[in-house]
Amino acid sequence: MAMTGILRPGHIQLRVLDMDESLNHYCNNVGLIETDRDEQGRVYLKCWDEQDKFSVVLEPSDRSGMDHVAYKVATEQDLWHYESKIKKFGIDTKRVPAGELKGCGERVRFVVPAGHTFELFAEKEQVGNGLSTTNPAPWPRGLKGMEPIRFDHCLLYGNNFDENFKFFTEALDFQLTEQIVDGELQLAAFLTCSTKAHDVAFIRSEKSAQLHHASFLLGSWEGVLKAGDIISMEDIPLETGPTRHGLTRGQTIYFFDPSGNRNEVFAEDSYVYPDSPVLTWTADNIGQAIFYHSRTLVESFMGVTS
Amino acid sequence: MSFQITILDTNEVYSCKETQHLLSGMMQLGKKGIPVGCRSGGCGVCKVKIHQGAYATKKMSRDHVSQDEENSGTVLACRVFPQTNISLSVIGHLHKAVMR
Repeated sequence: MAMTGILRPGHIQLRVLDMDESLNHYCNNVGLIETDRDEQGRVYLKCWDEQDKFSVVLEPSDRSGMDHVAYKVATEQDLWHYESKIKKFGIDTKRVPAGELKGCGERVRFVVPAGHTFELFAEKEQVGNGLSTTNPAPWPRGLKGMEPIRFDHCLLYGNNFDENFKFFTEALDFQLTEQIVDGELQLAAFLTCSTKAHDVAFIRSEKSAQLHHASFLLGSWEGVLKAGDIISMEDIPLETGPTRHGLTRGQTIYFFDPSGNRNEVFAEDSYVYPDSPVLTWTADNIGQAIFYHSRTLVESFMGVTS
Repeated sequence: MSFQITILDTNEVYSCKETQHLLSGMMQLGKKGIPVGCRSGGCGVCKVKIHQGAYATKKMSRDHVSQDEENSGTVLACRVFPQTNISLSVIGHLHKAVMR
């Protein structure tokens, strides 16, 4: 098996102010599929091409933001291996019992130096992608909204940036794919645990534990344009796009959910292998790094988090 | 029905429908003065103090506006729907981008 250890972002739990508005947004407009609810009022969602039971959990709350993001590891051995590495790094871990999230096995929970709560887990109920595993059709009928394929990554703002980078690359074995640097100072780090352009990204900030965006993969540039149509049709607060990033070269559009959590849908970004060179963008070219066409930073994009 | 919204900091005046939140009214007319962020009550950059006028609100994140603040007229402009003319001053601002 070529890919071992931490495999992918498994789910993100987002706090929402109004569940009905949020479900309309995530299910009818973005196009996620509801798979379950629990007695805490949480609602479980997935993108169509994910096999696991859920990749987004909406949690009713009086504040916005990310409760936690959880990554799936390949085996139970990996779970205990990383629990031990995290402790060795000097970060406390806690075990969350199986079933606390319905269909999810035991989770190892910890707070990363940037302030966000992360988790690892090895088991989650698989419900499939709606297609047969024998002679499968290419896509299921009856998809809604922007038709996202998977929850792809999140981008987070946080403090203790250098320590956080060390933690992800040394304790969790993430690989640096792209970065923004100002001289010796790293301002942004795009990190992968697989062969994607990023499975998580961090931006150096004074504030701890901020969510910049949760991102979903689409199939094509045409899909990004259609997402823009839906955003205007449904009066969703658009931030910027459709456009292209320099970083990751993804084709992208940004908007906000009804609680002010930023969403991205994107298509056709780059990929890496373990021997790929790190791509570096310089701070004096940050406009092009972020928005390749306009080469101009959007003030809210740089400053607004939840 | 439309009402006049006055931003006391800049003396900017714009009209806003009762069905529009204060930021939406401002943006539709191409006006500026209150910082614009998520427009959904989550990021806190459009925090304002309402000095005069009646309004309805929608839920806003308690990370940015406490119940006491909300009761005393400190609110997020994107969650405020005017019911009369309103005058306000701006408290919020965009956070510093990245730390250098």
